Amino acid sequence: MPYFDEMTLPDGSIRDVYQRVAQWLSDSPAELLESRRSQAELLFRRIGITFAVYGDKDAAERLIPFDIIPRMISRAEWTKLEAGLIQRVKALNMFLADIYGDREILAAGKIPADLVYSNAYFRPEMSGRRVPHDIYIHIAGIDIVRVDGDKFYVLEDNARTPSGVSYMLENREVMIRLAPDLFADHRVAPVENYPDALLATLRSVAPRSANSEPTIALLTPGQFNSAYYEHSFLADKLGVELVEGRDLLVRDDIVYMRTTEGPRRVDVIYRRIDDDFLDPLAFRPDSVLGVPGLVSAYLAGNITLANAVGTGIADDKAIYTYVPDIIEFYLGEKPLLQNVPTWRCREADSLAYVQEHLNELVVKEVNGSGGYGMLVGPHATSEQILLFRKKLTADPENFIAQPTLPLSTCPASFSHGVAPRHVDLRPFILSGSQEIRVVPGGLTRVALKEGSLVVNSSQGGGTKDTWIVEDNLIEMSPDQRQSQCFGARQSQSQSLGFGAGQSQSQTQG
Amino acid sequence: MLARTADNLYWLSRYMERADFLARIIEATQRLASVPRASGKDETEWESALIASGAEETFHANYEVADEPNVVRFLAFSEDNPSSIRNCIEYARTNARAVRTALTAEMWDAINSAWLDLQNFNGQGEAMHDREETSRFLEFAKATSLVFDGSAYRTMLRNDAYWFSRVGLYIERADNTARILDVKYHVLLPETESIGGSLDYYQWTALLRSVSALTAYRWIYRESVQPWLVADLLILKQEMPRSLLACYDALVRFLDEIGQAYGQQGPGQRHARTVMRRLEQASIKDIFQSGLHEFLTDFVEDNSRLGDLLTQQYLLN
Repeated sequence: MPYFDEMTLPDGSIRDVYQRVAQWLSDSPAELLESRRSQAELLFRRIGITFAVYGDKDAAERLIPFDIIPRMISRAEWTKLEAGLIQRVKALNMFLADIYGDREILAAGKIPADLVYSNAYFRPEMSGRRVPHDIYIHIAGIDIVRVDGDKFYVLEDNARTPSGVSYMLENREVMIRLAPDLFADHRVAPVENYPDALLATLRSVAPRSANSEPTIALLTPGQFNSAYYEHSFLADKLGVELVEGRDLLVRDDIVYMRTTEGPRRVDVIYRRIDDDFLDPLAFRPDSVLGVPGLVSAYLAGNITLANAVGTGIADDKAIYTYVPDIIEFYLGEKPLLQNVPTWRCREADSLAYVQEHLNELVVKEVNGSGGYGMLVGPHATSEQILLFRKKLTADPENFIAQPTLPLSTCPASFSHGVAPRHVDLRPFILSGSQEIRVVPGGLTRVALKEGSLVVNSSQGGGTKDTWIVEDNLIEMSPDQRQSQCFGARQSQSQSLGFGAGQSQSQTQG
Repeated sequence: MLARTADNLYWLSRYMERADFLARIIEATQRLASVPRASGKDETEWESALIASGAEETFHANYEVADEPNVVRFLAFSEDNPSSIRNCIEYARTNARAVRTALTAEMWDAINSAWLDLQNFNGQGEAMHDREETSRFLEFAKATSLVFDGSAYRTMLRNDAYWFSRVGLYIERADNTARILDVKYHVLLPETESIGGSLDYYQWTALLRSVSALTAYRWIYRESVQPWLVADLLILKQEMPRSLLACYDALVRFLDEIGQAYGQQGPGQRHARTVMRRLEQASIKDIFQSGLHEFLTDFVEDNSRLGDLLTQQYLLN
């Protein structure tokens, strides 16, 4: 299958947005790229950006490989993506408010009710309860893939506790240090305001009973969690306490944290713990990570949890196929971002199509995850296909099918040279009481194994910095560019000034 | 601040200080053990190093003979000894990771780099018996403490996070100073040697050197090394940065800062003041008359009681 490469077109020409990157690559000898790669690894290791791999004692703290070639997206492409992301998250929030409220969408017959009620992520406790400001998904991570020059698809919605944003931020810091010239040659949309946007979002959704300076805390499962680095990183950037379950207590439905000065009331919890572990009294009784009484305080309206309890119903595989309908139902708009075309086998026409094209399709079990109960048609044996044909006939409702997507590739740097690798993109969307914010960019994940389409970090995936660049710079002449690069001149004059001042005071002393 | 954060910072500082102390005690013992003497018997130096570091029980549960290879392995590298230098650095980093948000980038870098470097010293195999390897390791431990302490001093905001980490440091340092002074008590002079004789003299000098105080001694007293003056320097001299009085001066000050910030004094502050007053009123003559060892034993107990009081007052909330 031919893949769309984001840098080089089939005729060998370079796409506009990658012109400078291509030039930079051809100007950098292999040794230089190699030294940048090892420099990057050193930076990451010293900052301590690691993730844990469960059950592997020796590799308890591993680095996610970082690729030093930035992934380029033009401002025009981003503007379209951004509008689609905002639309999607808005609709998903309305969907959740409806599902835990009046359930109009079920009454209208747009979604089969059993898909909701029998769903493992549906939380009956939340029915009839309103959450502060009706926002459920405060932080969303939407996984986007690209298949050609124009088309982007949503691969997956992450509406529970999406992770990866710390890599988006740190990748940028490292990239600026590794390739200052390349960075200065572009006008890259900044991402460093993400923590401010997140803080503003969290403050805006405090319960109405909280005072004007709400106390916010980030709840982590603790330092053995694979994303602990990210939790501590974010708490630090937000300037809020990083708490574990044992640091919190609930008294008369009010949540407090244990401080050196005694208990202090908490208003908003950015929780990075799954619903199941939040509160041993409400959910899993064996959870030692959670806070007894937290859910009771939540239902009493005394604390905001971000994200809300029960959002898993919105990022479920079965519901995913209905998101275009969800958008139309609540917003009366056509979806701006497309889903990967999906056949719901519960529908007779789709089932017939899927049965005829099993050798081309990926068939997934609705409730399966992590590649369990999945048929990859093009790679399957005839026995496997036969088995799935029987399964589909027996229980069509339990399956969906999708085409095997030709994910786009980007250049990645290896010791043996530069080669194309498949990528996806996870932008982060923040929903507050007043506005929805999207920081331009996101986390690009790259499948570093040749030919692999799996970008997960647990399976040899890495990350790249993602640059949203202004289009107008591309046609600019070198003179114009120079006048744009005031950054360089400023630092020069600053260092001059500093040096002079210093030597002066030394002479005086 | 979170009680757990304060607790982690407090222990982080204690572990880093302890790593430095253990390195110094091993160095001091190596010097003491190398002093020439009439008979090869009665060598109690390595046993005394174990007693001074409070590790003799755990040691004897694991080893038979308290000789140099065993004791060095145990105090410096062992994973079985909860207070080995290796474990101090491991625990310090675990604490640091748990409170990364309360550390400055420089402090994290200091402790994380040390932890990464730690993997280069194995201390288990043949290299262990190599004094050069040991000496490199001890230098590394002392340098780590120094860099960590310096980065905390230079970069931390002066708020309760800083005060708790300093309190941990000074409680640990006071404990260590008292213990290192007590080593001399446990090192028995062979019967053939006299008190005040050349071996005795050499032992006190080694002790001063181990806490980088030999030059300070000469500046202050301008005479040859005398036992009571060494004790005076390390217990009662305000200007000596690791003397018990200097440690308590700092403890009272930092605990006052905490008390003022929180608008409340407590049993911790009162106890620190009591210990401080006792040190201020003591004279080295009285201390020697009623027994240096007894004085130090009482002090170590008082000091550890301060730790318990602070844990109750702030860290277990």
